[in-house]
Amino acid sequence: MSKKILLQHINVPGINTLETYVSHGGYQSLKKAFSMTPDEVTEEVKKSGLRGRGGAGFPTGMKWSFLDKKTDKPRYLVCNADESEPGTFKDRYLMQNIPHALIEGMIVSSYALGAKTSYIYVRGEMMHVIRILEAAIKDAYRAGYLGNNILGSNYSLDLFVHPGGGAYICGEETALLESLEGNRGNPRNKPPFPAVWGLYGCPTVVNNVETISDVPWIINNGGDAYASIGIGKSTGTKLISACGNINRPGVYEIELGLSVEEFIYSDQYCGGIPNGKKLKAVVAGGSSVPILPADLILKTANGDPRLMSYESLSDGGFVSGTMLGSGGFIVYDEDQCIVRNLWNFSRFYHHESCGQCSPCREGTGWMEKVLHRIENGHGKMSDIDLLVDVAKKIEGKTICPLGEAAAWPVASAIRHFRAEFEEHIKNPDSCCKKHLHSEHALIH
Amino acid sequence: MDKLKITIDNRTIEVPPGTTILQAARMIGENYPPAMCYYTPLKETGGKCRVCLVKVTQSSEANPRPMPKLVASCLTKVENGMVVENETSTEVLEARKGVVEFLLINHPLDCPICDQAGECDLQNLSYKHGTEATRYEEGRREFEKIDIGDNIQLHMTRCILCYRCVYTADQITNSRVHGVLNRGDAAEIGTYIKNAINNDFSGNVIDVCPVGALTDKKYRFSQRVWFSKPFYAHRNCDKCGGEAVVWIKNNDIIRVTSRKDKFGEVIKFICNECRFDHKNMNDWSIENVYELDNDSVINANKYKHVEESPAVNVDAKFVSE
Repeated sequence: MSKKILLQHINVPGINTLETYVSHGGYQSLKKAFSMTPDEVTEEVKKSGLRGRGGAGFPTGMKWSFLDKKTDKPRYLVCNADESEPGTFKDRYLMQNIPHALIEGMIVSSYALGAKTSYIYVRGEMMHVIRILEAAIKDAYRAGYLGNNILGSNYSLDLFVHPGGGAYICGEETALLESLEGNRGNPRNKPPFPAVWGLYGCPTVVNNVETISDVPWIINNGGDAYASIGIGKSTGTKLISACGNINRPGVYEIELGLSVEEFIYSDQYCGGIPNGKKLKAVVAGGSSVPILPADLILKTANGDPRLMSYESLSDGGFVSGTMLGSGGFIVYDEDQCIVRNLWNFSRFYHHESCGQCSPCREGTGWMEKVLHRIENGHGKMSDIDLLVDVAKKIEGKTICPLGEAAAWPVASAIRHFRAEFEEHIKNPDSCCKKHLHSEHALIH
Repeated sequence: MDKLKITIDNRTIEVPPGTTILQAARMIGENYPPAMCYYTPLKETGGKCRVCLVKVTQSSEANPRPMPKLVASCLTKVENGMVVENETSTEVLEARKGVVEFLLINHPLDCPICDQAGECDLQNLSYKHGTEATRYEEGRREFEKIDIGDNIQLHMTRCILCYRCVYTADQITNSRVHGVLNRGDAAEIGTYIKNAINNDFSGNVIDVCPVGALTDKKYRFSQRVWFSKPFYAHRNCDKCGGEAVVWIKNNDIIRVTSRKDKFGEVIKFICNECRFDHKNMNDWSIENVYELDNDSVINANKYKHVEESPAVNVDAKFVSE
């Protein structure tokens, strides 16, 4: 059994309530953190090697140290709970089952950053989570963990939950801040980064739910203890939301460094592929990361076993690697159609593009339309190179990473499964007809 | 403060701190990046169209680490010792070609019936940076024309979502009733509930619009722009100062617009009264010919000389040969 940090008490009945959470060691980190200076808390997080769990994997302690502390302006901590990446559902699971883990993390992190007001920006569709968090925050206020002079420490914090308007783009940190300010959720041009010019023009740190929830454990047990878990620069544990063609879909907390093969086939985790089918491909970190075929996800191009870590998954760059991303682990068996899956992803990015900058606004729609045509048996051979070229012309030219998120799946699917696209075009009846008789065809 | 040194396409210039790469390139004056959304007189514009992308090969002397990266030149501030490639980089030209293609895939290309043709930034841009043919064969986005008052016609199908008209309404007029609705390629400029855009300076949205999405209802379909001659003119106006450009054909003023600099940016915004209500020659004191020296279809060797006009006795010369 590997180390559990976030989901250690997940099976304790009533862990969603304040009393049970406290009786299982909850809110212990507050006293310890308040006995340290804010800089010491930041230093401890730096030592832990904790990296952003939202997808980019940026070292959290370093992000905190970039916060502009010279200005007189107030500072803010904003928790990004706008989890809407297809395949990712770890934050929702954590918030609805152990809401106080996030609240405790918010208090300690806000203290480290000197924030007097903090926000949790929750995806608008997750109304039930918003209600759970609001109730939990009320309890925390009542118990004196929030509000004025928390536990007699002279530190005061107000914590607010803010429902999003239902846009994937608001998971991008600057679009999130715009949305929080009450504006249209368009990403901002960077620089300036939020650490200098964030919410209401004040220095702001935006962190993922899982990242913030990891902080109390780090304070309780020390940064070095956290750094000893995991492998190399991928320290600690990670929540992985596994779905697709596996026997046991769900959210798993793994120690970083677990082998992908074990994760897919071990009964402790995904439990293998149902009906004795073969593994075809895996999207390892949410829909935005490159898809990898079975041979490359189990072993790197050098033949080393692929591990669940930031470094191992990105081994080989985009030619033969992928990314850990947000931990949305989607498994495809041999019967799944890559073209259809890619069209579905492209449809999502087309729908979610904010429309602010031209390459993403026009390019995502273009890719979706071409893929729709191929999937429905009207493709041409030249369409494949067209898709590659359009993806290339979006990547790196946009304001925010949504452009890349839309381009990478297209580029990687064609890189690894070009033959399948060609088969769709040459022989539309063979594959597409099968789909026309399947239940999915009803979508059209 | 000390001036900052920047090298763009092997030409070096010193600029004051706070200058953007685009402004520095414009100071050099040749081969500056195009801009479809950035607009100097309006704050916060820029960064959206991505045609001004340039490649920064070195960010500063203090940090000479090469960072070959495409950045939006309209928003990126110059750092000392910065080295930038614009038209010398094939990567930049490729990216720009890509952006032009993206801007055109949903554009109706109805230039033959568009009032903006001849003075359209998108037209000029695609002549310079676009490809001859399109690879796009899917259906194009279409919108119904939206009526936004007596003076202005909004034709969203042509819009490239530069947001300039939104910033104009925010910063030049005293009330904004239009904005961007919806998202992605369904995003549109609109007033949400059918609302007329009507205040003293609303007409300026026509001038800032880089394409034919916002056109002058009182001028629409009356004339191709290149058949009328622009003259600097002024009148006494206590709202805007009355410094404008009048477009004359057969001794009649057929249109009034604001004055623009060589980068196509409005120098001084004018009021609706000057723009829409004073079309009589007696209303205006005509000055000299309005020289168009930016790349434009209007001045693309079309006019070597101007026919003598009895009403205006000026030495008219459009294009220096």
